[in-house]
Amino acid sequence: MSDSVITEPAPDAVDVVEDHPAEHAGDDHGHDDHAHGGHHSSLGLSNNKLAMWLFLGSECLLFGGLISTYMLYRNRHSAELGPDQLWDIPFTSASSFVLLTSSLTMVLAVSAANRKDLRNTKIFLGVTALLGGLFVAGQIYEFTTFYREGLGFTTSLFSSSFFTLTGFHGVHVSIGIIMLVATIGMIQKDKISGDKAEAVEMVGLYWHFVDIVWIIIFTLVYLIPA
Amino acid sequence: MAIIERPAETPDARPAGTAQAPTAATNYGYLRRPVETTGWRSWAFTVDHKKIGIMYGAVAMFFFIIGGLEAGLIRLQLAGPDGTILSADKYNQMFTMHATTMVFLFVMPMAAAFANYFIPLQIGARDVAFPRLNALSLWVFVFGGVFLNTSWFLGGGADGGWFMYAPNSSVPFSPTNGVDFWALGLQITGIASLVGAINLIVTVLNMRAPGMSMMKMPIFTWMAFVVQMLLLFAIPVITVALFLLMFQRSFGATFFSVEAGADPLLWQHLFWIFGHPEVYILVLPSFGIISEVLPVFSKKPLFGYPFVVFSGAAIGFVGWGVWAHHMFASGLGPVSVAVFSVATMAIAVPTGVKIINWTLTMWGGKLKFTTAMLFAVGLIVQFTIGGLSGVTHAVAPSDTQQTDTYYIVAHFHYVIFGGAVLGLFSGFYYWWPKIFGKLLSEGWGKWNFWLMIAGMNLTFGPMHIIGLQGQPRRMYVWTEFRAGEGFFNLGFWNLVATIGTFILAVGVLLFLVNIWITHRPGSKTPPAPADPWDARSLEWITSSPPKEYNFARTPQVSELDEFFHRKYEDVGEGDSHEYVQRMTGEEVIQHEEDNADPNIHLPAPSYWPMVLAFSLPIMAYGVIYNTLLIVAGGAIAVMAMFGWALEPADAEQSDYDPTDDGGETSKELANV
Repeated sequence: MSDSVITEPAPDAVDVVEDHPAEHAGDDHGHDDHAHGGHHSSLGLSNNKLAMWLFLGSECLLFGGLISTYMLYRNRHSAELGPDQLWDIPFTSASSFVLLTSSLTMVLAVSAANRKDLRNTKIFLGVTALLGGLFVAGQIYEFTTFYREGLGFTTSLFSSSFFTLTGFHGVHVSIGIIMLVATIGMIQKDKISGDKAEAVEMVGLYWHFVDIVWIIIFTLVYLIPA
Repeated sequence: MAIIERPAETPDARPAGTAQAPTAATNYGYLRRPVETTGWRSWAFTVDHKKIGIMYGAVAMFFFIIGGLEAGLIRLQLAGPDGTILSADKYNQMFTMHATTMVFLFVMPMAAAFANYFIPLQIGARDVAFPRLNALSLWVFVFGGVFLNTSWFLGGGADGGWFMYAPNSSVPFSPTNGVDFWALGLQITGIASLVGAINLIVTVLNMRAPGMSMMKMPIFTWMAFVVQMLLLFAIPVITVALFLLMFQRSFGATFFSVEAGADPLLWQHLFWIFGHPEVYILVLPSFGIISEVLPVFSKKPLFGYPFVVFSGAAIGFVGWGVWAHHMFASGLGPVSVAVFSVATMAIAVPTGVKIINWTLTMWGGKLKFTTAMLFAVGLIVQFTIGGLSGVTHAVAPSDTQQTDTYYIVAHFHYVIFGGAVLGLFSGFYYWWPKIFGKLLSEGWGKWNFWLMIAGMNLTFGPMHIIGLQGQPRRMYVWTEFRAGEGFFNLGFWNLVATIGTFILAVGVLLFLVNIWITHRPGSKTPPAPADPWDARSLEWITSSPPKEYNFARTPQVSELDEFFHRKYEDVGEGDSHEYVQRMTGEEVIQHEEDNADPNIHLPAPSYWPMVLAFSLPIMAYGVIYNTLLIVAGGAIAVMAMFGWALEPADAEQSDYDPTDDGGETSKELANV
């Protein structure tokens, strides 16, 4: 073997050891831009998708730090302005339901994109953005209500860490909405240079991640009594 | 954004002789695409990982000098009793900014320089996975570093020590904007690290040449990969801490105010959950570098490659479970202290495995003490000293005695200077001919090495003594009255440390002299041979310096140490190995070039990474000075992101000068 490598380092000498064939992977959804020049992805997962997964892994620790801070400070508030006085569980449950429904419509958008049904893709992306917007509107309403009841950002350790945690989540949802709207626009104008279904799926990965984080926040912050 | 984005027929389909005139095209967002291949624009807007790596290295070297000047001032202040060079306030700023500069603006980006330059070359790729994001990382780091250092001219640098303990970092204790600059500057450089980490992890996982399984990857790439994983998960933790600090200082929150009922240990935990992995982020790239250098100059394969790989990965995992050993003096309670004490002793094991592997790599080898090899051996010796004093910190009662003394300063300088920095210098000398096509002078190199070794031992060695004698770190003066007598006299050893610092500085200066002598106009240094060291790994299967497209053809890999196995044939029988040279390095490279791929597409340059990076310090100044600046920076960022998204990752053919009209090719884009 090594004999042939030294004297003849030609492609036929390495066919035996080539453990990741150059054909690109099945889940590339017809992404044929990579299909020449022997270029390949070693894992069979596109670079873009792998990068999104890694980014979300990193985000887990961001929210991990913020949630830990909130859990440390959740009881440090005055007697009148704590979770018991402020939380409106039915309202927040409803807005959580809205956000979780948006994950369903996101799945439908990805599925439509995989079928190359661009019309439904755009519709479901739009509905997802709308539901996300509804959730953010609910959060703004909730924040203003709390503020009117006297809970500012600097009122107590509890309020600072609460607004920081839910605020960061709200910013994430808002960025997701911008991504959704931009994706609709780019599909509309045919500006997506690569695989459209993959672009939609990447936005979907981010969107589902943000939803999952909300499930954790809703449980830890609102449902479990301090 | 992958490297090859267009179907192969595009360049071939263009009939010869009908090439269009160079029209830098038009329709990408707001600006035309940069196409220059010479001059400053070819560097500023490049997405070539090699140019980006070189710029990372140059900027990191600049900050190394800044950090060194800060260190020099600290040592001058402490050279004699009751120093008067610096005020107490300036002294605080000096040690804070010295550490911050060395950690975040020198060692990390210098390691990023090596990772950027060599990961694609070592895995047989033509660039990283996301070339424009790579350029973004570079410029975010550069602007972040500059932003951080502008604090010197805007009221003074940060003054809370590099781990910026709360509540000492709050406004009442640090009323200037120094800490704000620090928090925002590190937030910015953190973005650079995070983006770079994602980029390089994808590159390593997804873009290896055919046949290169993970366990055939060169060891430097492995160690750099572990580092990127650490960065990926460590950076968000410091991000949270820095946000909380920013809210505390700029927006009136009380996360770290004890009088408001806050727990100051929160900062310590968040910081060290980042901070301890950070230690391995600093040192593992150098471990990777010397694991490349030692086999080459011992004429033997790396002893126990899988052990080196897995001990590196083990350090990467266990490194997450030892952070509280930085906090033994904070009253964590006996259970925590015991657990972290044992975990700290445990993490010495994989480090010890590496040291044994390096030693056994040299054992029985035909050692050749080039400068690169000297630095590698220097690392083993100096790092081992630092590792041993580190184990004494793992013993909690002893650590309580040593906390906040110069003994700690001695320890981490042996680990970080003796580990990380010596390894980086080993890499400079080893890879210089690869990167720049010329060998650095070995004569000057040896002076460079011995002065640095002598200087570092004279500087940091005495700190063990003065630390155990009780001199606290971060005190801006010491007094003769309490300096002690005889061998343990603080004054004597402080003076030795100061003299050592200047010997060390001369050593580093000789490195710059060496570069100048090698590259000055009219230098007689000949071009380096293609394979000056009889090297082993994939980055040498191409010309030096490599062409923009790295490899004439994508290499096919069948062995660990692929280059070596192409040069040498194993004629030994059974378990005995005996290697006979069949080809020279030049012949292997020539063979590759004779079989070059017909079409090579490269990612095209872009303005947007620099524009997007530029928006970040503007927003950061906005947080400190004026909300309007946040809006302005945000607007630039949004514009840059849309420009980026609407710009195809690859340029149109018409963006380049035509190649087949006999004129100068502007870029080796196609038809190599």
